[in-house]
Parts: sequence; C-alpha cells; structure tokens
Amino acid sequence: MAQKRQIRIGDQYLYARDAEKALREALRVAEAEEREHAAHQEPWIRRYVFSTDHKWIGIQYGVTALSFLLFGFCLMILMRLQLGWPGQAFSVMKVLGENRAPGGVLLPEAYNQLGAMHGTIMVFLAIVPLAVGAFGNYLVPLQIGAPDMAFPKLNMASYWCYLPGGLIMLSSFALKDGTAASGWTSYPPLSDIATRGQTFWLVGMIFLITSSLLGSVNFIVTIVQLRAKGMNFMRLPFFVWAQFVTSFLLLLAFPPLEAAAVLQLMDRVAHTSFFLPSGLVVSGTPLTVAGGGNPLLWQHLFWFLAHPEVYVLILPAMGIVAEVIANNTRKPLWGYRSMVSATIFLGFMSFVVWAHHMFLTGMGTIISSFFQTTTMIISIPSVIILSALFLSLWGGSIRFTTPMMFALAFLPMFGIGGLTGLPLGLAATDIHLHDTYYVIGHFHYVVAPGTIFAMFAGIYYWFPKITGRKLNDFWGRVHFWGSFVCINGIFFPMFIQGLAGISRRLYDGGMQYAHAREVASQTNPFMSMSAIGLLIFQIPFIVNFFWNAFQAMRGKVTVGSNPWEATTLDWAATSSPPLRHGNFEVMPIVRRGPYEYNSPEATNADYLPQNAVVEQPAPVLAPPTAPVVA
Amino acid sequence: MDHAAGHVEIPYTVSPRPDTGLYNGKLGIWLFLASEVMLFGALFSSLILIRTGSPSWPHGWEELHVVPATINTFVLIMSSVTVVLAWANLRLGNFKLGRIFIGVTLLCGLVFMGIKAYEYSLSFAHGHYPSTSDFFAIYFTMTGLHGLHVLGGMIVFAYFLGPGSKMWHTDRARFTNRIEIVGLYWHFVDLVWIFLFPTLYLL
Amino acid sequence: MTDQTITPDIAPTDAMPVPQSEAEDEHTHAGVHDANLHHSPEEIRREMRVYLTVFAGLAVLTGATVAARFLLHLPLRQAMALAIAIACMKGFLVAGFFMHLLTEKKVIYGVLILTGIFFALLLWLPVHDVLDKFGHY
Repeated sequence: MAQKRQIRIGDQYLYARDAEKALREALRVAEAEEREHAAHQEPWIRRYVFSTDHKWIGIQYGVTALSFLLFGFCLMILMRLQLGWPGQAFSVMKVLGENRAPGGVLLPEAYNQLGAMHGTIMVFLAIVPLAVGAFGNYLVPLQIGAPDMAFPKLNMASYWCYLPGGLIMLSSFALKDGTAASGWTSYPPLSDIATRGQTFWLVGMIFLITSSLLGSVNFIVTIVQLRAKGMNFMRLPFFVWAQFVTSFLLLLAFPPLEAAAVLQLMDRVAHTSFFLPSGLVVSGTPLTVAGGGNPLLWQHLFWFLAHPEVYVLILPAMGIVAEVIANNTRKPLWGYRSMVSATIFLGFMSFVVWAHHMFLTGMGTIISSFFQTTTMIISIPSVIILSALFLSLWGGSIRFTTPMMFALAFLPMFGIGGLTGLPLGLAATDIHLHDTYYVIGHFHYVVAPGTIFAMFAGIYYWFPKITGRKLNDFWGRVHFWGSFVCINGIFFPMFIQGLAGISRRLYDGGMQYAHAREVASQTNPFMSMSAIGLLIFQIPFIVNFFWNAFQAMRGKVTVGSNPWEATTLDWAATSSPPLRHGNFEVMPIVRRGPYEYNSPEATNADYLPQNAVVEQPAPVLAPPTAPVVA
Repeated sequence: MDHAAGHVEIPYTVSPRPDTGLYNGKLGIWLFLASEVMLFGALFSSLILIRTGSPSWPHGWEELHVVPATINTFVLIMSSVTVVLAWANLRLGNFKLGRIFIGVTLLCGLVFMGIKAYEYSLSFAHGHYPSTSDFFAIYFTMTGLHGLHVLGGMIVFAYFLGPGSKMWHTDRARFTNRIEIVGLYWHFVDLVWIFLFPTLYLL
Repeated sequence: MTDQTITPDIAPTDAMPVPQSEAEDEHTHAGVHDANLHHSPEEIRREMRVYLTVFAGLAVLTGATVAARFLLHLPLRQAMALAIAIACMKGFLVAGFFMHLLTEKKVIYGVLILTGIFFALLLWLPVHDVLDKFGHY
C-alpha cells in the first residue's frame, strides 16, 4: 500500500517519511533562530506602530482611548458652561471658532454638534476601546496563559481600523458646516437631511464597526482555542468570562448597525429613501425623494446594536471590579459559578430588549408587553452579579488600596444606575420620563461612576504589571475622592430635573420653559461647577500616570511581578512583559480556580496562584478525614 | 508558525486543538460568517419591513433582467463546486489541479461581476437608479453589497493563485486549510445569492 | 513544482503517484491534523463525487425556482412560500455539503444556533412592530 523508500542521512538509514520529518524539523529550528535574530533588528515601525504584539496593541488602544475620553470630556465641559450659564460669553468657547461661538457665545447648532460628538466619542471611541481593546487585549491572553492573540495580524488591523475611524469622525470638526448634530443615535429623518458632518459620522462608524468585528472574532477564538493546559472554562478568571460574552455581543449586534449605516449612507449619497417617509416637507419645501421609507427601521436596527452595546460597556467593567475585589478582600469571589451563568444569560437577553427604547413610537400592546417583560427579566442577572460582588466583601480583610476604592465605589454607583433604569423599562412610567434628564442621569450613573470608575480601578491595578511601577497612592486617593464627590454632583441632580419634566438636548437647559425654569436655575450652575471640579481632579491622575510611565521608560522599576499578591496568570508573567517574545518563560500549567485566596492549601502565603505547585504533605498514618482536593 | 508574529508561536494554527477539534482559522471564519449572517439579516429585515409597509411593490421580473441573473446563479454555483474541488485536490496532494480549480473559481467570480455590471448598465439605461424607488434602492444596495463580497473573495483567490501559493512548498497543511477557509467564505457568498435571487427577481 | 525546502528526491512532489495515508503524515510535520485531512484518498474521491451530485441538485433547483415562477402562475403568497422553500433546500445543500456543516464540530453548531436565534428575532420583531402600528396585521 504505502511506498517505503530508504534514505541515508549521515550514517543512518531512514524511511523517506522519517527523513523528511527530521529535515523539516531541522529546517524549522533554523528558521526560528533566524527569525529570532531578525526580530532583534526589527524596524521601529514594525515594533511600535504596526505591532502585532497583543500587549503593545493593548497599550496603543489604551492611550488612544484615554485621549478620546479626555477629548469627549472637554466637549462636555463646553456644553456644561452653556447649560450652567446660558447665553453667556466664555473666552474658552472661542476655541470652537467664530462660526460656532461668535464672541464666545455658543450657538444652538454648535451645541447640538457638541452633544452628538460627546455621545459618540464617549461610547464608540473611548469606553468600548478602553474596556475591550485595551484591557481585553492586554490581559486576556495573559490571564488564559496564551502566547498572544490567535490572529496577531488581525489584531493589528483592528487597531488600524479604529484609529482612522476615530480620526475621520473628528476631522468633521474642520468642516465649515460642522460635525454630525443628530445626537449619538442619529435618528432619521433629521440625520438623513443633515449637513455633511453626518456622512463623516457614518463612514467613521463603518470603520469602527469593522474594527470591533475583527477584535471580537479574535477574542472568541483566543479564549476558546488558546487556553493554557488545565485552564478549563470554570477556571477562567471572571474578567475573561466578561470579555468572552462581550465579544459575542460585539460580533452579533454590531452588523445590523453596519447595515443601517450603509442604508443611511445610501440615503444621503445615492438619494434613496430607506428612512424617509412620503410627503416630507423641510423648511416649507417638499423633499424631492421617492419616499415610502420608514424612520422606525433605523431605530430598530440602531437599538438592536445599542442595547447590547450597553452591556458591552458594563460587562468588562464588572470583570475588572471582580478581579480587584477578589484580590483586595483576600478571599474567593462569592458565587463565581452563578456570576458566570448570570453573565451568559445577561448576554443572551440583551438581544431581546432593544425596543424598550422605543415605547414612545406608538408601539402596540403586544410588542410593548413583550419588551417590558424581557426588560424586567434582564434586571435579574445584573442583580445577581452585583449581589455576588457585595457578598464577596463579607468577612474579607479588605485592603483599601486605590484600585479597591474605585472598585468599591463602582458597586453603589452601578446600583443607582441600574435601579433607576427599572422605571424606564416599563411603558407607563417611561411615557413620563422618556427623553428627560432622568434618562441622562440613569445611563450616566451606569457608564460614568460605574464603568469609568471600574476602568480607573483597572488602570491603578494593572499599571504595575504593564510598567513595573505602582501609581502614587496619595494622589490616587485625591483623584478618587475628588472624582467621587464631583461626579455625583453632576449626575444626581439630573434625576430631579428629569422628574420635573426637563427634556434632554435643550440648548438652554430648560430655562425658557415655565415648568422647568425654577428647577433648572437651581441645579444647572451647581452641576456645571461640579463638572469643572471633576476636570480639576483629573489632573493628579494625568500627572501621576505620565510621570510614572516616563520613569518606567527610563528603567526605574520599583515593584516585582506580583505586587498585589494576586492569583491569576497575568501576574505569573514577568512585570512589563517584553514585546514579541511570547508572554511566559515557561508555558504555565493551571492547577486550580482563579481566586484561591486564604486557601488552606497555601502554606507560606495567603494566596495560591493558579499555576503554583503545592508540595505534597508527608504521608500521614491516619487516613485523612476529608478527601484531598485535587 | 506565524511568521508575522515574530517568533511567537501561536498554537493550533494548523493542527486542531484536541478538545474543540478545530484549528483557529476555522473557528475564526465561522464566527465571521455568523456576523455576516447578522449583516445580511438586517438587510433582509429591512427589505421585508419596507415591502410590507408599502402600498404596492413592483414585479421583480418586469423591472429586472431574469435571464442574466439566472445565468449568474449558475456561474456562482459552479464556482462553489470548483472551490471545493480545489480543496479536495489539495488534500490529495495534487497541487496542479488544485491551482487550476482556484483559477477557475476566480474566473467564475470575474464572469459573475461582468454579468452583474451588464445588468446594472441595463437598469441605468432604463433610467433606473437607486433613487428611483424603494424597490431599486433595496435592489442596488443588496446586490451592491453582495458584489463587494464577491470582489473581496476574488482578491483573496487571486492572492492564493499568485504570491500566496508559495506556502504550499513550506507548509502544505496550512495552505490547504487556507483554501478551506476562503472556500467557506465563498460558499456563504453563494448562499446569500441563493436567497437574493428569488426575493429580488422572482417575487 | 518541486519542493524547494528539501531535496526533490524525498519530497512528495505533485508528480508522485499519490502515496496516501502515509503521505498524509509526510506533509504534516505539525503532528495531528484536521480530522478532514485524515480522510483516506478513497473518501476524498467519494466526497468529490458527492460535490458533483450536489452541484447537479443545485442546478436543477435553480431551474425549478425560475420555472415555478413563470409556469405555475401561483398567487403571491404561495409563490413566495415555494420560492423560499426551494431557496432553503439549496441553502441546505450548500451549507451541509460544500461547507461540510453536516460533519462539523459542536462548537460551530453552538455559534450558528445562537446566530440563528438572533437572526430570527431580527427578522421577526421589527416587522411585527410595524404591522402592529399600521393595524393591518
């Protein structure tokens, strides 16, 4: 059957297939050595610009996303100046140019532009890339014990779709008629007939969607395929689970928005009327389009993405908080398995609740009952996760480190954000609260003191891993307390405003409405001052961050590879793991679950890393009373 | 194995992971196709929604050109067969025949695009543009996006016919896997057309 | 077409008379391989015959769907049902045989079932909502 020919190599006679195997192996080793050699002289551009190393891409994502976060925050400061003191001239407003803020007074059109860009930048350019692109990229391969992401080139492509997408969107600030101004939701028909900035927004979105699509495929394959030996699914750190479910949301929820963006682009560029109904009159002139389209189609497609997107914002944050809490309470997470099941269920349900954003579109009773029911159901897994995190604190000997302060603040802040969402999920109460500041307060509590605080917790927690230096603790606490007080000063009054019936997206914050004037004038200046305070309290963080980053670059490393005495595999890699060398000197073998703090097995410390080998105790004569845990 | 990743070796690039039975690329392409299902799903959803909401809808076969579209359907099916035959021949170790079949697939893609361009030109000649009506808006958008997918597939085939084929001499199994993966994508593009053809032209 | 990495003498060149099952191992220096690669040449040849049969089936069904439209003169709803049924059959052939889903791994089924559920929701709920509003459901 088989042809077996013998070949002589050296003084050995081998069958052809064995000889070939040996030769190929030798060739492979030689090539690997050659590559190793070549890598040392790798051009700068391949190393730091078009890098394929997940750690460097994570850093690229992190720095870019933090810059966008600051930029989006500055847009908000300009808006808050206008809301706090409507119609007043501010010299800082002049940066927007004479056509947007003549004499330092913000124009209504420019206010709309700032609002639309603030929302878009914060959601799509800042928080998702920070949570998934930065933390996910840097940590997931480390935590599962993988040498890199499954598709390193795809990973690079993902970043290089994200950055141009963001720049395209920002470049619309240079247009004479300005950026997109139809809110971050871009509802047609207004967005269909808006100025050119909207086209930039759509093209930018298509890039961003492509980027997160490439990223999510990569994450799922990495987590399924590249787990280290012994790392079964129930031994994954909760952070990895959160990223896993998040990736599925990105993978399956984003494409409908991509389709919607293509349709809106067709409406704007090829003059179709997917979202334009017949008989539309703009400024007194009938629109000359075919008509027959349906604006609600956009809302359906948009919210099909945008509701899962909410969980894309919150799940990685929960993952980070879980890691920080387990580490700083020095005990295992309470109910790891229920948290994992809740996360999976949450991810699934997040696809079936989207139309609760659309109760006011004249929705019929059948559909609205369906979506109210699913919305109430989805609150259950969120509560399970939050309760498990609260219960994890019980009986722990808590270390109040800076990351832990942020993680602890996350719990009640996310609680407020989540609970205020319930009245919005029921049509009867939503009819009153829809599109008021109550909604703004609700989702900002989830995203700002919720997710962003969790991101800060993550930055303070993993900074030593990335750079080999801890951030200064005193300035970290100043940053924390200042931010905590100010951020509540901004968002809590929003609930009061919303209950008083003040609508969102008002240029003057409601001053021209009789029912709103009193509440608005009492709250808005205070909120705006809180916002400025929040800006000031970010300065210690920025200085702390860059000072320590530069010190680390100069080689001044102050901590070892596991300064927090943590158990997960990321801390088993060396501190500031070198680029393009794989992550671990020896591939780790995982022997236990992720949170073995205060384990009775650990003899000389209060924690047992996932890959640590426990010396077998000397055999005892009496049989053990309890079975030995493997 | 991944030359691009410097000397970091990514496991399971070629051989399957024992517990999942898959190599990375195969899982990756199926996840990508899952997202494509959602992309075209959203467009089909739009089609249904706009069609049910409109008082009248033209007959596809009166507005469009069924004969070239039917030929195109055959061309695409043919290309699906040639790509599996290419993969099967590579698995048999028959590089020459495998390459020929990849070439034929690329040619089929070219013919498809040519006929599509002819159809578009006929429509334009009748004064039918995307802005003409919702029917044509949907038609041009969906077939246009599908055409872009065909074009993308053709670029990949051209790469594997040209510079990409070098890999056969260094890593056969991986090259064969690559053809399997691009084949899966190509079949999906065929699958989309199988549903587009009756919904746009015949209903 | 000679293999440049090793001497042509021992390289399994294309001209070689397909030494199978052994040859499988010969070019799989990475060890274990995709289950598909473990098929014997007989099986692969049989698969190729299946592909050609599937092709014939697809061609016939394409003809059938066009013929049904122009010969049967069915009312719209029935015509739709028939056309979509035929398209689904063709889809099954392509996905099941060409994309060899029928012999695929569980992980992939999991991903596709999940996608299928969301796809169905995406198709059904928006239409249901709009019809509910217009009142002619």
